[in-house]
Amino acid sequence: MPVWLDNFLWTYQNLVHALGINGLLALSMYVVLAVGQLSLGQAAFMGLGAYSSALLTLKLDLPFALVLPVSCVAPVLFALAIGTPTLRLSGVYLAIATIGLGEVLRAVYLNVDWLGGALGLSGIPLRAEFWMIYGLLGAAILVLWLVGRSGIGRAMEAVREDATAAQVMGINLARTRLGALLASAVLAGLAGALGAHSSSFIGPNEYGFEPAVTILSFALLGGIATPLAPVLGAFILTLLPELLRGFSDLRLVFNGVIIVLAVLFLPEGLFPLRMRRRAA
Amino acid sequence: MTALLQTRTLTRRYAGLLAVDSVDMAVQAGRVHALIGPNGAGKTTLFNLISGLEPPSEGAVLLRGRDITPLRADRRTALGLARTFQNIRIFGAMTVLENVLTGLQPRRTVGLIQTILRTPAFRREERALVARAREALEMVGLSARAEAQAATLPYGEQRLLEIARAMAPEPALLLLDEPAAGMNPAETAALAGLVRRIRDLGTTVLLVEHDMGFVMDIADDVTVLNFGRLIFQGPPAAARQAPEVMTAYLGQKMAARLAARARKVVP
Repeated sequence: MPVWLDNFLWTYQNLVHALGINGLLALSMYVVLAVGQLSLGQAAFMGLGAYSSALLTLKLDLPFALVLPVSCVAPVLFALAIGTPTLRLSGVYLAIATIGLGEVLRAVYLNVDWLGGALGLSGIPLRAEFWMIYGLLGAAILVLWLVGRSGIGRAMEAVREDATAAQVMGINLARTRLGALLASAVLAGLAGALGAHSSSFIGPNEYGFEPAVTILSFALLGGIATPLAPVLGAFILTLLPELLRGFSDLRLVFNGVIIVLAVLFLPEGLFPLRMRRRAA
Repeated sequence: MTALLQTRTLTRRYAGLLAVDSVDMAVQAGRVHALIGPNGAGKTTLFNLISGLEPPSEGAVLLRGRDITPLRADRRTALGLARTFQNIRIFGAMTVLENVLTGLQPRRTVGLIQTILRTPAFRREERALVARAREALEMVGLSARAEAQAATLPYGEQRLLEIARAMAPEPALLLLDEPAAGMNPAETAALAGLVRRIRDLGTTVLLVEHDMGFVMDIADDVTVLNFGRLIFQGPPAAARQAPEVMTAYLGQKMAARLAARARKVVP
């Protein structure tokens, strides 16, 4: 690694890690929106990944290469439990159920002693490396791009545009939506584990409703035309508060105004260029 | 001979209203079968019951003698059922070709891993599906528009696209919900030719249509519904003469007057 890059990463490590992790979270939001569903549980899935990975590291001292994949298990199980009943229905049932999930989990983290209670878990070793975060982010973008350009991506778009017509085309609605939700839980779980192992401390309030809305805003700003779009949205919304540091408390106002403007004037996001999906 | 499609005492009840009232209908294979009746007779509801978009309150739907009543719409599609909608439901943001490829969903066999790895099997299948989709577009005469965005097509072509998408998997039975609605006479004539070609290719057609000239022109069999009940089933010529059909369309008085006049003219 060249010296200047090393120096840069050292100085801005937190920000660089946060960019990559928020990119993964934006992708986890993207997968759900891509099948026309709204989830406000991405932060909750992230929290499950963060807590389970932190416990595996702190209590069992497992190697991080093992902790990372295992930290997806809890989010996936919760996604199955919530998605199976709600995704058979059309409408906002998933959104409502996932808001509930976030709040229930917050209460659990707060009240269970071995989860650290209100103090959270601290002393988590900093094991998330720059290359892990960006390697996973790059791999996730690539996989979602390849899937998006295939027949599976076509089926997802059909379900999003007109679920009834999609079903008449022979597409299994529940399976398509559940598959997307599980993929999103995996991505959020990875982001949670990476986040926990790059900040040394996690607490119950980091995975509630507010971060869920922030994750949604990544995808709203960037749009969902390609997997790259929400990631760029995440980058912008992560960098912006840093650039606006001088305005201190007004930063959140700026954020909010940008989201409102994006929804009003850019309903397809900042990057609406569609994927080419013309095969052969 | 068992009919390709049969309904047995098929009933759909909405809070006190009988939209479809114990209908026993049979559609024979290799025919163009028209389903007609005044507005609100239950034709579209019957279509939804057959394609699985609504559950029946009572009764059963049989495809080739097999009870498909418990199956979801996507499973029925896999068994050879296809349909279009009265209010066109194409995927507007996709290209014309992509729309037809979506109709070939039941033919896809390669899984997620092969898709991500772009294995030879994936590429072969994708090529075969694209070839089949182009055939379907060719059949309805939309080949030249394959790369156009579907939403930009004029109305008549959107209808044709919906038919191509439904026909792509070579279904056993095609349900057309008012295919001629909003078409001009030239387009309607072309549509009649297309429906005949579809039948000759081996797909049975069941269609709802209000354009009686069109129905009389292409239907081999006719079923007439009124207030959810089946009031006539038989050849189209006989449907025109049947007193119960006249009454349904024109009301009791008018039908009686016409019948009386017919007796005077043709003793």
